[in-house]
Amino acid sequence: MAKRNRKVPGINASSTADIAFMLLIFFLITTSMDTDRGLSRRLPPPPEKKDQKDDIIVKERNVLQVRLNKDNQLMVAGEWSDIKQLRNKAKEFISNPNDDANLPEKHAAKLPFFGDVMITDKHVISVQNDVGTSYEAYIQVQNELVAAYNELRDELAHSQFNKSYAECSEEERDAINDYYPQKISEAEPKKYGGK
Amino acid sequence: MGKFNKTGKREMPELNTSSLPDLIFTMLFFFMIVTTMREVTLKVQFKVPAATELEKLEKKSLVSFIYIGKPMPEYQAKMGTTDRIQLNDKFAESSEVQDYIYQERENMKESDKPFMTVSLKVDAKTKMGIVTEVKQALRQAYALKINYSATQRN
Repeated sequence: MAKRNRKVPGINASSTADIAFMLLIFFLITTSMDTDRGLSRRLPPPPEKKDQKDDIIVKERNVLQVRLNKDNQLMVAGEWSDIKQLRNKAKEFISNPNDDANLPEKHAAKLPFFGDVMITDKHVISVQNDVGTSYEAYIQVQNELVAAYNELRDELAHSQFNKSYAECSEEERDAINDYYPQKISEAEPKKYGGK
Repeated sequence: MGKFNKTGKREMPELNTSSLPDLIFTMLFFFMIVTTMREVTLKVQFKVPAATELEKLEKKSLVSFIYIGKPMPEYQAKMGTTDRIQLNDKFAESSEVQDYIYQERENMKESDKPFMTVSLKVDAKTKMGIVTEVKQALRQAYALKINYSATQRN
């Protein structure tokens, strides 16, 4: 029989730090810290048949043409424009506050929280770019358009619910999204001369 | 003054390092949580544009990546300096994007397939021509949820 109170020799733990260091270095090398953030977009489904293409006729007043040429110059609704003006132009176009005849038509709709309202649900923002447009300029345009929607939704949330859009509940957000539906269309690519 | 004039040799007390492993382990866990495994070795260099209205990509397992940019210096002799597409670990043409998406979708769980997202990591200086080609290929492959990768700008 072994003795009752035998002392267990302590394990030398001085190298645990080295082992942990090696693990740490391994993870530092094999992993990356980049947080993935970006602009989310939904592409339209592919065109089914060529001859069905002209089915949807959109009224001219409902479309905001945003064009970028190969020198990254911007044209909004037929006028040269600066990227800084795009946000306000888009906001005015989406909301059509004064019921302008050149801006999108309004339709009566029944929404939760809001009741019967007039909304511009038929509007479309059409972004067209050239083959030579730089990606940077394209993203800036996309960003400004999304910003226009976000600002409008935030303003609406403040006036209706007295809080920011981010603080709204799921149902409230859905109602706001129905009020200002995000409609950015990426037009079929066209090639206008030049390389 | 005798108080400060100790003549006897004093021994330096040894530093107790028994908690050092714990510290390192804490660091290790921190890095394991905040970082993600790097899946591919990059063969193109890109610097994504900056933007303000960003959304976070939710689940990494649902995301496929497409990289577009100039080849890294070591590949430039072979591939030239024009913008190229990288899928997985190799350079590709825009015609291969569709197959890549089908393959990626094949590897997913059935329930996850509708939520598949494609993240486009594109260099800011790229011309839109190649991006448009990729977008058209994605449309054909019905990978409609895309995300233009960008960094936060104030």
